[in-house]
Amino acid sequence: MMTSEDPMTNEPRHLRRMTNIWVIASVVVDVLFWFLVGPHMAPGRLTSTAGADQTDINILMVIALPVLLAVWVFLGYSIRVWSSKKNGPESVGGPAAAGHKGVITAWIVTTTVIVLGLAIFGTIALIADHGSGGGEGPNPIWAPAGATAAETAALTKGDSWSPSSGKVLVVQVIAQQWKFTYRYPQFGGFETTQLMLPADTSIAFNVTSLDVIHSFWAYQLGVKADANPQQNNVAFTDTKGPGDFTVRCSELCGLWHGAMYDFGKVVSASDFESWATSTESANATNTSYLAPFAWTYVPDANGAAGGYYIDANVTPYSKSELYGAKQ
Amino acid sequence: MTITADRPEVEEGSTLVPIPPAEGGGPQEGVRPRWLSQHVGTALICAAIGYAIGHWFGNYISSDYIYIANSGSNSVADFLALAFGVVGWLAGIGSLNYPAAKLIGREAKPQVTVDHWSKFVRFSMDHKVVGLQYIVGVLLFLFTGGLLAMAIRTELLNPTTHVFGPGTYIEIVSEHGTIMMMMASSLVVGPLGNYFVPLMIGARRTAFPRIEAFSFWVFMAGYGVIVSALPYGGFPTGWTGYAPLQTQAGVGMISYLFGFAVIGVGMMAAGFNILVTIIHYRAPGMTWSRIPIFVWSILSTAALLTLATPVLFAAGMYGVLDKTVQTAFYVSEHGGSSYLWQNLFWFFGHPEVYIMALPGFGIVGELMPVFTRKPLFAYKVSAAGMIGVALLSFFVWQHHLFQSGIDPDMRPLFMLTTELISIPTGFLFLVAMGTLYKAKIRFEVPMLFVMAVFFNFLIGGLTGVFLSDVPVDVTVHGGFFVLSHFHYTIMGGLVFAFMAGVYYWMPKMTGKMMNKKLGLAHFWTMFVFFNLTFFPMFIIGLLGQPRRVFTYAKNLQGLNDFSSVSAFLLGLSFLIFLFNVFYSMWINPVKAPSNPWDSLGLEWQTASPIPPHNFDRIPVIISDPYHYSEEGAPPFADFGDDLLEPVSGSAPASTTASANEE
Repeated sequence: MMTSEDPMTNEPRHLRRMTNIWVIASVVVDVLFWFLVGPHMAPGRLTSTAGADQTDINILMVIALPVLLAVWVFLGYSIRVWSSKKNGPESVGGPAAAGHKGVITAWIVTTTVIVLGLAIFGTIALIADHGSGGGEGPNPIWAPAGATAAETAALTKGDSWSPSSGKVLVVQVIAQQWKFTYRYPQFGGFETTQLMLPADTSIAFNVTSLDVIHSFWAYQLGVKADANPQQNNVAFTDTKGPGDFTVRCSELCGLWHGAMYDFGKVVSASDFESWATSTESANATNTSYLAPFAWTYVPDANGAAGGYYIDANVTPYSKSELYGAKQ
Repeated sequence: MTITADRPEVEEGSTLVPIPPAEGGGPQEGVRPRWLSQHVGTALICAAIGYAIGHWFGNYISSDYIYIANSGSNSVADFLALAFGVVGWLAGIGSLNYPAAKLIGREAKPQVTVDHWSKFVRFSMDHKVVGLQYIVGVLLFLFTGGLLAMAIRTELLNPTTHVFGPGTYIEIVSEHGTIMMMMASSLVVGPLGNYFVPLMIGARRTAFPRIEAFSFWVFMAGYGVIVSALPYGGFPTGWTGYAPLQTQAGVGMISYLFGFAVIGVGMMAAGFNILVTIIHYRAPGMTWSRIPIFVWSILSTAALLTLATPVLFAAGMYGVLDKTVQTAFYVSEHGGSSYLWQNLFWFFGHPEVYIMALPGFGIVGELMPVFTRKPLFAYKVSAAGMIGVALLSFFVWQHHLFQSGIDPDMRPLFMLTTELISIPTGFLFLVAMGTLYKAKIRFEVPMLFVMAVFFNFLIGGLTGVFLSDVPVDVTVHGGFFVLSHFHYTIMGGLVFAFMAGVYYWMPKMTGKMMNKKLGLAHFWTMFVFFNLTFFPMFIIGLLGQPRRVFTYAKNLQGLNDFSSVSAFLLGLSFLIFLFNVFYSMWINPVKAPSNPWDSLGLEWQTASPIPPHNFDRIPVIISDPYHYSEEGAPPFADFGDDLLEPVSGSAPASTTASANEE
């Protein structure tokens, strides 16, 4: 380390001292964070998107902590060294008072480089990870291979899925005040309150709502997609090993929003298949009464407005044939 | 060198306000008789009459509509009651006298500000009175919202034992958010902007004193409207008011929608007035490179208020129409779209975020040179940064909709624009660090709040970068992480800056010093417990707790309880502040010196108490405002006479004396 006093003025080299403190503190804090906190950072590594989210958060933290420390070290150093001991005001003057073009330019260049770097990093992560588990709306543009075909096929009756098929599993999430239900179009379109997923599989979540806006937030899966009435919102993820996860509604949806949560399981592909086929046959009668599988549903003519907009053409309690599928 | 020689002749009285100043409290020619005088009492009576008329009228025209006859409540009547109530309030306070008289072709009677305490409960066109009125107004909002926050934290003490029912809880959450947002959008522009911008630019008044006073009384009407949601049964949507839930909600929703529209009118009026004032009412020599940084921040904020708020007004009124006469702007079954609300709301809502941040930047920028005895570092960069933030803030709103299911094509663009906005925001820290460098920092109470702003806003700003990153946003959107983020920026930034401004400018506004010991107690409790309240919420959010819930995972109870207890103590610190105000103003007032902080700011150079027209002669500005460190630097302003005492203590501040000696 260089001498910390300027030989010309006997004044300590403040910037050098600050830099030394900052570099040491940053390295220590970053290393401690990366190894102690990083592996436990939200949202875990149960799926590809969750793992990527975790890595992204950790990378951003490793960049953000030195920035935080740079300002904190400067503030702390200023408080320590440049506090006025006297009460009265005095002028300080001198060259330190003037604006410094070099400092300003360096600041702007540095922040711009960091910011553009982050934007590029975020964009790459977003595209490479098929939308990062965020809802992409009805026409996703960052779909994993085979997902578009699987989505199209899921609408035809008799589509199927098995672990060996290598197909993307299509799961529909139907939100309503105040619960989630799930339909599996590749297993006859049965509807259930249990969310089961096979391990090591690409999943396409199709999220919709029957009434108001909800949000399907499967925390450990790294998936979040708003559930909008009359719109399909697609999010992708690849599951890894088996595990449990929590689903919470993260868009305020009225009275029992706080109680709108659910739990799901990622199980081995063969366990999933046996659960799905047995549930399909057990629920066969119920499924026959359901509306045909579709991306969106209108529960009755009054829809999201909860009976506020009365449509004279349809009785509020319509027959099941009118429990219409709407594309 | 004689500075006075360059001084252009200012014709005496040429820029005087057309409002005659009152001499004492006696009756004057052309003034209303006492029994007809208007004040907050008549406003309340007229508001009640308006409410009753509106309710009757609404029932009269709409009670046989099928959907109203079936629903058991008449939303048309409820809305018209509020609307007529607001008009009655404005008529009762006297805001409509002038336009009404002009409308029927008569000269309006002059509305005289009587120099009597009652001017604070009247329609006053003195920007200094309006500023003080606004302080009371924003504190009313702040303490109402704060009490609701205490209620939220009480409910969250335990995940399974509930203090409130879910309906009451969601009402409290929604009212808290909405009231606080309304408060924050006027917190600095209203009180400190109206009070000090004319003083800082050497003007004798604002451009449109009637519009200025109108903006305050509309703001207070907005308080009445939003609080009316409580007897109407509240609204369940939070401050964001998302649409299908909005359509489904009861009549309390109308208070929200119309309340935002009313507040929006006040914001537009205040912004427009300040904008024109800054552009047109600067003193001679007050060039763009010489206006104080606080004025730059208010200028950029006023531009946002003027340009972004009309969208809120329109969005709110569309919602009112949906709720009352069954238009379907936001109802997808009938051709509308719930995304329309989301887009309109956030198109306003994101500039709104900077409406709530920029004035804070201005206050800290203005106070730093005073307490560091140094010029503001990189003044031009700082001003450019504020304008940059204001411009960019119109191009980021879709980052609130990253998972909403809109077309994803634009997502990288909005991620980029959102991250770009951190460059001009970062200038705040460049300015701070450059100004602190080799300074002589005096840690008076306002300066402590300034330092706290940098501490808090840094955390708030950096976590904003996390939220702008789409992959990370998947995990943190809609959870306690984002909640903590915006409390760090709005409360940690703006409210702390507001407190800095209050402690700094109160001596000028009232002639009394704020008590320092109580000020220190207030600062330390507020700073410590603010951080202890909101920092755990980042962790709570990362651990998966969504916003606006009344229950949560059991393993998060420890963190939530910690946060709740800290929140109660944070509430206590606001009581210390309130006590300090009462103590310093009424219980044990200490007369303030004319310039207690040895500031060079123009607002400190006028007489104390400030004369009705601010400056007996319009000052001529002859340099930029932050020559704190230079011996023998030219004075900031030339008053052209020796009416004022030279400022004591400060080296370069002998504004008038040195000029006269020569």
